[in-house]
Amino acid sequence: MAGETITRQQLSEAVYQEVGLSRNESADLLELVLEKISQTLANGDSVKISSFGSFTIRNKGQRIGRNPKTGEEVPILPRRVLVFRPSQVLKARIGGAGPGELD
Amino acid sequence: MTKSELIAYLAEQNPHLYQRDVERIVTTIFDEIAAALARGDRVELRGFGAFSVKHRESRTGRNPRTGEAVQVAAKRVPYFKTGKQLREMINS
Repeated sequence: MAGETITRQQLSEAVYQEVGLSRNESADLLELVLEKISQTLANGDSVKISSFGSFTIRNKGQRIGRNPKTGEEVPILPRRVLVFRPSQVLKARIGGAGPGELD
Repeated sequence: MTKSELIAYLAEQNPHLYQRDVERIVTTIFDEIAAALARGDRVELRGFGAFSVKHRESRTGRNPRTGEAVQVAAKRVPYFKTGKQLREMINS
């Protein structure tokens, strides 16, 4: 399975084909979608796209890490991380795994 | 924010577009990403992040209620890695 890499270009081309706006406007709208999602997440709010998945922010507390090379202990500061949880629909479309499996 | 709130925002920013076209734009974007992943492709959106598919081997799981061993089939799961720029935005 030699996977290809899809980028903004193919996504905005799909919008162009589907909706019939100009290529420029299609690209701008894709960018606006990504920007709005990013800003919402930066505000600490989650983003839920039905039948696709949800993006949520998780707060991580401070913990002691270790430099794997030197073995030295270093504090890992509290930070926020983004977690993507795929919806059941997306999981089923990709993995073919039925609902109700152990996870 | 939900998908419909995102659509409402885009419609408000683009008063010259029909609401139904804005809906199709948003649906198309996520549907294209899902289709790419279903084909085994990767979707890389610089600054935002990358969607890919990870392979999980089959394993012997356990029913947590009964303790009974059950075989869990190999599967492919969607995965998202946050882009550098978005990660910095979230932590600033």
